[in-house]
Amino acid sequence: MNLAVQLFQLALSGITIGSIYAMVAIGFNIIYNSTGILNFAQGEFVMLGGMLCVFLHNSLKLPLLPSGVLSVAAVSVIGLLFERLAIHPLRNPSVITLIIITIAASILIKGAAMFIWGKETFVLPSFSGDEPLRLSGATLLPQTLWILGFLALVVTLLTLFFRLTMVGKAMKACSYNRTAAQIVGINVSGMVLLSFTLSALIGGVAGVIVTPMTLVSYDRGSLLGLKGFGTAVCGGLGDMGGAVAAGLIIGLLESFTAGLLSSGYKDAVALVILVMILYFRPAGIFQKRDERRLVGS
Amino acid sequence: MTRSPYFQSCALFACALLAAYFLKNPYYVGVLVFLGINVIITIGLSLLMGYAGQISLGQAGFFGIGAYTTGILTVKAHLPLYASFPAAILLTVGVAFVVGIPTLRLKGHYLAMATLGLGEIVHIVFNEFIRLTGGPSGFGNIPPVRFFGFELDTDFKYFVFVWAVAAFILFFSLNIINSRIGRALKAVHKDERTAATIGINTSRLKLVIFVLGAGYASIAGFLYAHYVTFLSPGSFGLGFSVLLVTMVAVGGMDSIWGALIGTAVLTILPEYLRFFKDYDILIYGGILMAIMLLRPEGLYSIKIRIKRRAEA
Repeated sequence: MNLAVQLFQLALSGITIGSIYAMVAIGFNIIYNSTGILNFAQGEFVMLGGMLCVFLHNSLKLPLLPSGVLSVAAVSVIGLLFERLAIHPLRNPSVITLIIITIAASILIKGAAMFIWGKETFVLPSFSGDEPLRLSGATLLPQTLWILGFLALVVTLLTLFFRLTMVGKAMKACSYNRTAAQIVGINVSGMVLLSFTLSALIGGVAGVIVTPMTLVSYDRGSLLGLKGFGTAVCGGLGDMGGAVAAGLIIGLLESFTAGLLSSGYKDAVALVILVMILYFRPAGIFQKRDERRLVGS
Repeated sequence: MTRSPYFQSCALFACALLAAYFLKNPYYVGVLVFLGINVIITIGLSLLMGYAGQISLGQAGFFGIGAYTTGILTVKAHLPLYASFPAAILLTVGVAFVVGIPTLRLKGHYLAMATLGLGEIVHIVFNEFIRLTGGPSGFGNIPPVRFFGFELDTDFKYFVFVWAVAAFILFFSLNIINSRIGRALKAVHKDERTAATIGINTSRLKLVIFVLGAGYASIAGFLYAHYVTFLSPGSFGLGFSVLLVTMVAVGGMDSIWGALIGTAVLTILPEYLRFFKDYDILIYGGILMAIMLLRPEGLYSIKIRIKRRAEA
């Protein structure tokens, strides 16, 4: 294989990984936008989506489509319950309390998954076969196209939702100023509930579509969550388009590092980028907005 | 807390000795050694979380830098302990100082994520610098602690040594809290802007406590390395950082004694949860969630409440 083909191949796999990170980052953004909370359990939603789909499809023998839809619905319900049971009851929580609550939730979800499904790694069949497509010497799994397609779909639907619907606009209003949103009659508590549900839903979708490619086990969520967060920060927290662009940048860098340097340092790339961005461009690489939200009080 | 720091740290040391005296079983003495090591880290973390109001999810990284430095220097460079000990502390404190300056400008969730990222980077370095660290399988044969011709060759001797260090660290920390720095810290925790207005250099103060906590973690790392005599990256990952933060939070962030209680509970509890085998993580997560929902001020707040009721 010559170098050009190899680079093209690495770029393709970078784009695939990047789209997954972007999807997780969008989940972070939705909760952050309406509550200012960073949900440390975001990666677990992805893991749950994959696990539930595997369970429904492989153990209960349901066809792939209903298994996917049902598992996404179940993850959304879990997100809803999480907000009602663990976030909503807190009165004036400190940031440290919120961080620990979401960490506790991620430990609980991880523990429950291990309790139910054990420690094995599970596979899910690809949506449309494993016959790789040939693209000028490089190969592309059909599942990659599904991942890209779903990412495009989620971004489009969310953009339309936040721009055109009353509920979407109300959610955005909460992110700008909660008190003001309350004064104009927006049900802020309902919006917070909705944001957790929506974010869990997107996490669930991500889990279902990436599992045929990346496999799934109970402990897959944490690192994915961390990288998704890195992506969200890199693109500017709360910014959907930024998340997609940053996801692609991080995915490509990671893939080239793994292919050309050493696969061991692959995971360090996203983390180093995350730390550097936090130090030097805390509002993300694309814009300089309201930095006080990040470094001021 | 009207009793002197001297009295409190002696009391801690005495309690530990009593516990070890009654638990003659060497396995339990071993658990108490690990408890002492964890206590040294969480006292530093409690200063950072409870008094300076900052969070660090990378404390296992500092613990690891301390442990690996002394391990590598004694095994690969054959340096004596009195050289590797200061080297471990200096390197950790130096790293904490350099990363602390930009990191502590961040707040809340961002600070948490940045420290978490730093801890993970350290963890990856332990895994990948195979020539020095032995990579994922680690390296062993770290010599035991020996000074003035006296070797700490039994669990009990090591236990006394670790708890003497822990008591000294408690003494030192209580004195800091009762000093000018401690009062300034409380002001920063209450309201950073007001503290800055009355002339407190808030960023320098936060950095001092961050570096101090890292220094404590490196001492704990030194004690850990020469006790288990074997190091591998698994002991210094994100899981341990999170565990340390939850120890402080479960015990109560408002007091060093809260951190001690939380550390004791979460170090000893897993020994009982062994019964549940792999499912301990589920129970552990449940306990953590329950405490944060029902007693966000931590277990220690229950004692304060009882005391207040008794005084009323």
